[in-house]
Amino acid sequence: MSGNDTLLPGRPGPQRRQVTLYGLTWSMPIVIWQLIFFVFPLIFLVVLSFWLVKNYRMVPGFDTINWVKMFSKGYFWDAYWRTLGYAGVATIVTSILAFPCAFALAFKVSPKVRRWALFFLIVPFFTSYLVRTYSWQIFLNDNGIFNTLFAFVGLGPFQLLNNFFGTLVGYLTLCLPLVVVLQLISLANVDRTLIEAAHNLGCGRLRTVFQVIIPLAKIGIILGAVFTFILTFGDFVSPYYLGGSKPPTLSILIIDTTKSGQQWPRAAVVAIVMIVTLLTIMFASVAAAYRKRT
Amino acid sequence: MTDIKKDKPLSEKSETKVAGPDAGRRRIIKGAGAVTAASALSVPMILVPPRANAATELNMIAWYGHGEPDMVEEFEAMHNVKIKAKYYAGGDNMLALISQSPPGTYDLVLSDGEFVKLLKEAGYIEPMDPNEYNMGDLFDEYSHFDAHWMGDTLYSVIVRFGYLGVSFNTDIISAEEASDYNILWDSKLKGKVGHFDWHLPNLGCLSLRDGNDKPSPFDINSSQWSKLQETTLSLKPQVGGYFDYGGTFASLKNGEIYAMCGIGDWITGVVRKDGSPVDSVIPKQGGIQWTESYSIGKGSKKQDLAKEFIRYITSPKGQVRSIQMAAYPGMSPYKSGWTAINEANPEEAKRQRMTFDGHNCIDDLREGRIHFRQTPVQQSLEDWNDFWSEYKNA
Repeated sequence: MSGNDTLLPGRPGPQRRQVTLYGLTWSMPIVIWQLIFFVFPLIFLVVLSFWLVKNYRMVPGFDTINWVKMFSKGYFWDAYWRTLGYAGVATIVTSILAFPCAFALAFKVSPKVRRWALFFLIVPFFTSYLVRTYSWQIFLNDNGIFNTLFAFVGLGPFQLLNNFFGTLVGYLTLCLPLVVVLQLISLANVDRTLIEAAHNLGCGRLRTVFQVIIPLAKIGIILGAVFTFILTFGDFVSPYYLGGSKPPTLSILIIDTTKSGQQWPRAAVVAIVMIVTLLTIMFASVAAAYRKRT
Repeated sequence: MTDIKKDKPLSEKSETKVAGPDAGRRRIIKGAGAVTAASALSVPMILVPPRANAATELNMIAWYGHGEPDMVEEFEAMHNVKIKAKYYAGGDNMLALISQSPPGTYDLVLSDGEFVKLLKEAGYIEPMDPNEYNMGDLFDEYSHFDAHWMGDTLYSVIVRFGYLGVSFNTDIISAEEASDYNILWDSKLKGKVGHFDWHLPNLGCLSLRDGNDKPSPFDINSSQWSKLQETTLSLKPQVGGYFDYGGTFASLKNGEIYAMCGIGDWITGVVRKDGSPVDSVIPKQGGIQWTESYSIGKGSKKQDLAKEFIRYITSPKGQVRSIQMAAYPGMSPYKSGWTAINEANPEEAKRQRMTFDGHNCIDDLREGRIHFRQTPVQQSLEDWNDFWSEYKNA
């Protein structure tokens, strides 16, 4: 089943395509962009991780001390597993919360309502993520809107800020609209005749969702999850401003490392570990998304 | 630091702790104000809006606020100059920014006292002639401030100073309770103790709590260092969060955090102005002192103008502005600065205890209660930083 492969065209077909000068010309800008702004900086980051810092100045060299120091610190591994866990939970929660919304927009509402919903899902991105995150403090603090409402019914106050819950709210603010849109595009491309066929063959509603619709829309669902993981794994704003940096994630550790002693090379070690982790997760996820059903 | 006992009206203003609709609405509005202010404070740390074109530009690297109109507009008008400020947050950040810039980029370098030596050793600042500045006007305690002199050579001229101790929500704890660092371990503060996210002032204050006041809370041997780590880790269950300047401001203002150590009037002075029930005290175990001073950047081509600015900002007129700086207040080490602020704004002079009659802020220094904030003497800065990361992860 490949109902929505159109979401990401370009799967290699049975016949190898010839690279033409025309195609090469049009694809060059992105290649150049990636070289200048991803590959070269990445190489520099790796080189930087072997430099030393003397008197707050980076000194070019080749010393593995930064790798040894960071890998021997318990707090580095604590932060690593925590960040992985936070991003994992955020990915699961975001995907689960987004799906019913995307499903309803794809199958249960009129095209007009769907267009308006898409518009409102995009509107939050007009405002800075930092400002959106800060504004959550009005809702989440001890004297904030939520606790005031809870107080009206004799509940609370609840600790909603400076903990993982606060961080999760920030992650959802960052990712939920995007994931809904990605899932919606995928679900909207599901071939309706296959759903009808499933019903005609006696497949119940819930079974149709899990055995027909989700497999057909899996590329969008997995891509949404991957985006959530990538964005939350590297996010600094939510764990700092809503989680109270307590305990810190890897991105906060990078800030801490550079802030005191100007240890950019050690921060580079943390960054490389993050990049490697993300690349591994991304390749595994994309492979899963495009894997054919047997 | 104000004496909360003499300052009843503010604490009375915020007596509402009952969750009625009005109280709730007020709190929400106050919370919104805090968030808006904190956003505004945290976002523009590196951005200074351009002002009118002027003939000359004077480049400054400084903590946030020093290049704002309330501090420099008079000088700019007097000398037809535009002061262009690059802001940093913390001495390490300052050193990094300077090291990444070619010599001569910054004409003026505003630094915390403990970083002047590092600036000099790295060759980032010029020697200064004390006769060119208002050194004779300084209180004795600052006339030969050790951190600014390398041998017989002056490298920095002090502008302002302040104290760090315990800052607290006056609705929750009294000034008397806050006058002992042990209040931070009180059960009513569980999850409500905050940290300004910089190890030096925090560990300095907790070192004082451990009794490490001689010679300095930053000059401790290995067993004292072990004890300090133990003390700090034992505080962890009380901690509600680690914050930058904006977050510190917001968390105190919206009541999320009840007490913090290692900050002082430079934060609570601003929060109080917005009507929040917060204050700062120097605990009985002592407090930490911060200082800010101007140096002339190595290779500056506008040294005469830079010297002129330092003379201006250390003059009575400049000191009045510095004491009341919008971003965060600071005390004056200049006698004429005290005279000027007492004439211009006696209430502020009284609030910051810069009065010639009665117990004043200089008396705290004379009594040996205040210790200069410095980098660790017997451990490396890396040791302290590593431990701070461990503490945050604990």
